[in-house]
Amino acid sequence: MSALLEVSGVTVSFDGFRAINNLTFSIGTAELRAIIGPNGAGKSTFMDIVTGKTRPDSGSVTFGDRSVSLLKLSEAKIARAGIGRKFQRPTVFEDQTVHENLTLALKAARSPWAVLAWRKSAQDEDRIQALAGQVGLGDSLERKAGILSHGQKQWLEIAMLLAQEPKLLLVDEPAAGMTLAEREKTTELLVDIAKTRAVVVVEHDMDFVRRLNCKVTVLHEGAVLAEGSLDHVTKNQAVIDVYLGRG
Amino acid sequence: MTFLQPRHRSAVIFIACLAVFTIAVTIAAHFGLVSTSFVKTLGKTLCLCLAALAMDLIWGYAGILSLGHMAFFALGGYMIGMWLMYARTAEIVVASLLNGGLPATPEEISQGIATQIFGVVGASDLPAIWVFAHSLPAQLALVILVPGLLALVFGWLAFRSRVTGVYLSILTQAMTLALALYLFQNDSGLRGNNGLSGLQNLPGVTASQDAVSLWFFWASAAALAVAYLALHAIVSGKFGSVIRAIRDDEARVRFLGYSVEGYKLFVFTLTAVICALAGALYYPQAGIINPAELAPIASIYLAVWVAIGGRGRLYGAVIGAALVSLLSSWFTGGRVPSIPLGFGTINWVDWWLVLLGLTFVCVTLFAPKGLGGLVDRFAGVHAPDRKGAPLGPDQGSLQEQEAKE
Repeated sequence: MSALLEVSGVTVSFDGFRAINNLTFSIGTAELRAIIGPNGAGKSTFMDIVTGKTRPDSGSVTFGDRSVSLLKLSEAKIARAGIGRKFQRPTVFEDQTVHENLTLALKAARSPWAVLAWRKSAQDEDRIQALAGQVGLGDSLERKAGILSHGQKQWLEIAMLLAQEPKLLLVDEPAAGMTLAEREKTTELLVDIAKTRAVVVVEHDMDFVRRLNCKVTVLHEGAVLAEGSLDHVTKNQAVIDVYLGRG
Repeated sequence: MTFLQPRHRSAVIFIACLAVFTIAVTIAAHFGLVSTSFVKTLGKTLCLCLAALAMDLIWGYAGILSLGHMAFFALGGYMIGMWLMYARTAEIVVASLLNGGLPATPEEISQGIATQIFGVVGASDLPAIWVFAHSLPAQLALVILVPGLLALVFGWLAFRSRVTGVYLSILTQAMTLALALYLFQNDSGLRGNNGLSGLQNLPGVTASQDAVSLWFFWASAAALAVAYLALHAIVSGKFGSVIRAIRDDEARVRFLGYSVEGYKLFVFTLTAVICALAGALYYPQAGIINPAELAPIASIYLAVWVAIGGRGRLYGAVIGAALVSLLSSWFTGGRVPSIPLGFGTINWVDWWLVLLGLTFVCVTLFAPKGLGGLVDRFAGVHAPDRKGAPLGPDQGSLQEQEAKE
């Protein structure tokens, strides 16, 4: 299986502190992957690099069938190339309705002129309804996103990511602040999404990672410490020392 | 009927009010109930409302507090003023040369025009920037092109560097101040601090100022109506959704694949052009334009109007601009009786600014929705109860009290 995202030899330092140290990572086209690691392991910086927010000092990041380098692209271009990102805290547009939020995310031309000329087609409406239904927000389309519960905002954001039709989804701590029932639903959703596209989940919560039942990458001090099934990495002595041993 | 949908109701009501107002003023002017100068004041007010609409789009909807948009307004006025002054002077020069008996040569005419216009700053040649001044279509094109290009270049430099918030506001103030200082120079080619004058006299028009003032009043009303409908269509569609999203959380918009900088530049340039058109209609009614019109304070007033009217709603901007500028011309007109207090007198010409400042502070503190918020009270629309949390992480994001439930 060819890799969708290839990160190789990437190093980033902030004021001399190496947040990412010669990191190499790759993920296939329809794969679910969990990234775990202690605080400061470089998980968020890794996401920032892939989405174009942070430029690495060295190394390469390539994406897609034609292995396009992401290092020269702006955040918006990377998003258009097919990488979606979900932040740790739910970030939806609180003053806009669920319907408007989904319309914004819906895959379509993004230039100002194209958006001015954009008219909603019947397919667009169907797609919005389907996405809202998929995350259990079918009845809330006309409600402002600001009044949704924390869990509902997380799902709305996931639905917005799906509306973008990305090839790769980066999800930062999706289960944070969710109830047990909401976590289970989120797990199902992520596993389901990963059947058609690549999903990278950054997570602290071991139970949640166990439920995802996927390959795990352990980061430590900006580099990959171990990789494999959760059972495999939790038996690894180095992992126990730096991460699990503390908790 | 799509125009009767609730989301289009405000636009329909606005256009109806504007039409009634325009007809009422026309009838009143016809029967001599209002003076020509008052018709001009009303026409100018409509132009200021148009500029306020643009300000609301860029600040209220896109969250960019530009404090330099009156520079574009004045530039639009200068561009149309050049033609008005040139063509009018040409008429006078040709007429006076005819009195000399011999038919004038083109050189004599152009020399005469240059001396007439630029004698006041001690020059007798037309500067290069007046090369199109003889042509109305060319100067009309420049009304859009000059402010549009300035906004495009300035905006490109500012937004590309991701200058936001108060830094951008300061930068726009610097732009308008620099432009004003440049125009104050006699060799700027636009008559220095004398500015352009006599703009109320339309070349080739023999109609009285009574009629001309009404023409401009109608044109201003029509421009306001067209701009209102166009901007209403823009903000109620997906584009409006994108720029409101940029106002509240621009980083998130970037990760959705929208080029935030591109949108900001688009809105900045579009609003600059709207301001320029408003200025091109305003200054023929004012009759005179000089570099003081580009003073930084003018653009701050524009923001104050929108704030008092209520940002993020188009009719709020119009209400704020109309009310404050009309009150301002009333108070500064010297016809408001002074209030003797024993130890001193409140002379409104001097104290009006204090009153305006207090009003601004009070609106900010007690009615953050502005005057437009009164409409919500009647319509039964409430602000959401967010315990003080704004609707997004960005500086210009909508505040709790400004939002609708």
